[in-house]
Amino acid sequence: MAKIKTLADLKKMREDLQSKVDLREKADSPESYVQIKVGMATSGIASGAKEIMDFLIEALEKRNIEAVVSQTGDMGYCFAEPTIEVQKPGEDPIVFGYVDVKKADEIIERYIKRGELVDGIIPQNYQVIDDKDNKKA
Amino acid sequence: MTKYKMHLLVCGGTGCRASASDSIVESLKQELENKGLSDEVQVIMTGCFGFCEKGPIVKVLPDNTFYIEVKPEDAAELIDEHIIKGRQVKRLLYKDPEKKESIADSKHMDFYKKQIRIALRNCGFIDPENVDEYIGRDGYMALGKCINEMTPQDVIQVIKDSGLRGRGGGGFPAGLKWEIASKNDADQKYVVCNADEGDPGAFMDRSILEGDPHAVLEAMAICGYATNATKGLIYIRAEYPLAIKRLKIAIDQAREYGLLGKNIFGSDFEFDVEMRYGAGAFVCGEETALIHSMEGLRGEPTIKPPYPAESGYLGKPTNVNNVETFANVPVIINKGANWFTKIGTEKSKGTKVFALAGKINNVGLIEVPMGTTLREVIFEIGGGIKDGKKFKAVQTGGPSGGCLTEKHLDTPIDFDNLIAAGSMMGSGGMIVMDEDDCMVSVSKFYLDFTVEESCGKCSPCRIGNKRLYELLDQITKGKATMDDLQRLRNMCEVIKDTSLCGLGQTSPNPILSTLDNFWDEYVAHIKDHKCPAGQCKDLMKYVIIEENCVGCTACARVCPVGAISGEKKQVHYIDPSICIKCGACIERCKFDAIIVK
Repeated sequence: MAKIKTLADLKKMREDLQSKVDLREKADSPESYVQIKVGMATSGIASGAKEIMDFLIEALEKRNIEAVVSQTGDMGYCFAEPTIEVQKPGEDPIVFGYVDVKKADEIIERYIKRGELVDGIIPQNYQVIDDKDNKKA
Repeated sequence: MTKYKMHLLVCGGTGCRASASDSIVESLKQELENKGLSDEVQVIMTGCFGFCEKGPIVKVLPDNTFYIEVKPEDAAELIDEHIIKGRQVKRLLYKDPEKKESIADSKHMDFYKKQIRIALRNCGFIDPENVDEYIGRDGYMALGKCINEMTPQDVIQVIKDSGLRGRGGGGFPAGLKWEIASKNDADQKYVVCNADEGDPGAFMDRSILEGDPHAVLEAMAICGYATNATKGLIYIRAEYPLAIKRLKIAIDQAREYGLLGKNIFGSDFEFDVEMRYGAGAFVCGEETALIHSMEGLRGEPTIKPPYPAESGYLGKPTNVNNVETFANVPVIINKGANWFTKIGTEKSKGTKVFALAGKINNVGLIEVPMGTTLREVIFEIGGGIKDGKKFKAVQTGGPSGGCLTEKHLDTPIDFDNLIAAGSMMGSGGMIVMDEDDCMVSVSKFYLDFTVEESCGKCSPCRIGNKRLYELLDQITKGKATMDDLQRLRNMCEVIKDTSLCGLGQTSPNPILSTLDNFWDEYVAHIKDHKCPAGQCKDLMKYVIIEENCVGCTACARVCPVGAISGEKKQVHYIDPSICIKCGACIERCKFDAIIVK
């Protein structure tokens, strides 16, 4: 192991090492980052969701976008796999279907970076139990 | 560098390891290997998560799913379902005890909602055996900042401004302590970390050392820089093997990186840390006794002054702080005194770690801002009393503290409020008691501990505590008089006033506080020869109810001392002079014919 001789050494080392734990730090307060969930049930994986997830993680890091990419179960839009759900801080989540690498790139560049809507949005046409409960209460 | 997509954090604290959490790590790794996922999912053994009641804990990130009571054989299911298919394993999720709903995200659990983690910031978050993870979490930045950008006086000023008080029990301002040590000139000075955690039920220092050892090393080095000391010593009890192991690893790693040793960060500052082992004597938590023990002498206290800051280890100026106090220091340096003073109450800043134990649902380790009420700690974070019983008292401060009751539940917890309420902060042990606990027996338990742990140097503590214990023993046997109660109180006052060190000066506190809060219970033992909680064996009597007894002889056969006599199909009789009150007959009787009076 190399010695840390100056504060600058340590700072540089921290930059490199932060990626080791930043996934854990972000998970502590995901609402302040872009959260992307990739539908990774059998149908999702079969249609290439894993590659999309790998691409998203790499691309977001390269482009310096702080994000939490996690996998989730089947979102129910099996006709449109792979599907991903993107939630920007303080905004409602949006689901995109038929996501390939090109589409994923477009989502990052146009929706996440610039806030433009891109094709392929699947309108949410259901309520989750939590919402219902909240409304009743 | 491979970028892991998911992290599996497994608790590696002593509690969870006792429930085989190291085999869980092995099984998870094996299972990932089998599925070809080793490059994508990282398994990390961390320090304590605090939720010891439901350990072993496995936390999945980034989705923050919190699994409890995991067994090594659950590994396959976790990987198959959660990691591969993205489905939570419901049966291993935490269930809200009231709403009966599963809670996957630990942030939504009552246990974690009210906590602010400063001293425990890295426990359950990083791999304590890997310095890189600590550096990734701003580790050693505070030390770098001190050496490069601040003078020792600046550092002391920040600690003073932060209002940080000693977390070992006394609550002495840490900055002031540092200042005194820095002003005493000597050719050699020392920084000592007091890790001789001895209060029954307290385990925060152990958990910090097991979960985040570098934080303590960094803080000791900062203290060394501030007080111009070049040697650090950690006095730790030998019965903390895991903490010792991880500290040793941490010291080696820090030396390798040059973060301990000579010319730290290219400066003239040098600092190194060594370990000293204690044999587990309670009195060695007292700083003068601790220093004598480190010098190879008997672990006995001496009168202060001189304070260790003037003449400590080997007669040199020595600054002694507790583990938790040190753990706060790097954060204060990084975030500033102002940030720290915003947390807590007027005179007690920051947070405090408490070890919840006793008749409480969520046994574990928590960190809350000073000023949180006992009610919040016990009923919200702690999940209330076990088995739906009634809250009776909470003992804080260990053998030096006292019992607080229902009327104190809404008192904001800080150093001064606890003393005003007749107890003390101590190291942060909280033992919760329910209606089945006899307060006289509780006092007796603590006095038994003090008698055992008194070093014997001064007579008030050596002889006085023994007499206190005997009086309490008489009370629990129903042999005391009301005059004895007065004697008990007088003796408590004398021992408090005349003992040499903190041990004897505080040992009567459990009695005094129970006398104040549970006077009736003492009187019931003496006047009515009854223990209201039904704990004192000598005041219990096992009797057979004639109407219910069918003479089956089952009780007579199970009685280990032959105290029960009676013919077949005749009513039986228990001879109280022989009966040892073991309760075996009650368990055996099928006709509810035996009761305790």
